[in-house]
Amino acid sequence: MTKEKSVPVWITYILLIAAIVSCLFGAYRGEIKTVYIKATNICMECIGIG
Amino acid sequence: MGNNRLKKHGLIRKGVQAAWGIISNGYLKGFLTASIYKGPLKNFCVPGMNCYSCPGALGACPIGAMQSIFDARRRKFAFYVVGYLAAIGLLVGRFICGWLCLFGLIEELLYKIPVPKLTVPKKLDKIMRYFKYAILLVMVFALPFFYRSKVGSGDPFFCKYICPVGTLEGGIPLVLLRSSMRSAVGALFRWKFAILILCVLASMFIYRPFCKYICPLGAFYALFQKVSLLKLSCDKDACVNCGACAKTCKMNVDPVQKPNSAECIRCGECTKVCPKNALSFQRKTLNHNLSSK
Repeated sequence: MTKEKSVPVWITYILLIAAIVSCLFGAYRGEIKTVYIKATNICMECIGIG
Repeated sequence: MGNNRLKKHGLIRKGVQAAWGIISNGYLKGFLTASIYKGPLKNFCVPGMNCYSCPGALGACPIGAMQSIFDARRRKFAFYVVGYLAAIGLLVGRFICGWLCLFGLIEELLYKIPVPKLTVPKKLDKIMRYFKYAILLVMVFALPFFYRSKVGSGDPFFCKYICPVGTLEGGIPLVLLRSSMRSAVGALFRWKFAILILCVLASMFIYRPFCKYICPLGAFYALFQKVSLLKLSCDKDACVNCGACAKTCKMNVDPVQKPNSAECIRCGECTKVCPKNALSFQRKTLNHNLSSK
């Protein structure tokens, strides 16, 4: 049977903290507003119109 | 008995997928008035593929949101969405693909249509699995981040040129509901409609082809599969190498050899079919050891 390499769990926790910090930083920069503006207007590109 | 457990599990999973699909697209007024939801929930992304231009969509699409924040003029990175998706991936890996993706459910239901099923040759399948990473890198990250048209604007390249989810959930309903949209249908819509039809047809013959070969969100979550806190564990002492799990897996993963393969959507069917209960989902801890004995 093959041996699957084990990644230490502390790496996962560090990455998780980094991800949360990234999310909060993005929110601080106003990216949530950008998401909201995009999501509340019909995306013509997404639906194949323009 | 294994078959009964598998059937029950399958029904539960379909139920969860359907319930999530209904909840996340529950803005019925949108379908009645040919509009889209503009409330506060749209500040947040749903964890699976779900076009935010669907009349019923209550949340934002993470892939669409990511591309909209990437701004080629100011080289702005999408920290909010990337951080959000990374956090989900680090917690549960591709669990979202298996349990909370409406388009994945649609593909699975199409696969149930009784037509002969195709087996993609292993070598070709292996190469094609990398397409989704290329699409993620080029069409979701690189092009929206670096490309500017002559007038200085960017484009959500994946959404605009490929995404069949947007066509199905947003394009078709809005074109049907609004005459102004119908008159604007052109070559781009026809192209995207053709891609959608291809996905629909392929889904009848191949299990989840969009998830396997195209979906950039699945590719993103797959990056975290091996480091996520949710793990699939195989008890090597209990395993009798009967191969039932690998036979059951429609994503062509061998759960004994690679329990945390990047291609596993963590549907859990292998855990239900194992006659020795050797496979189980566990939370990774400090003492968690994934190696064989």
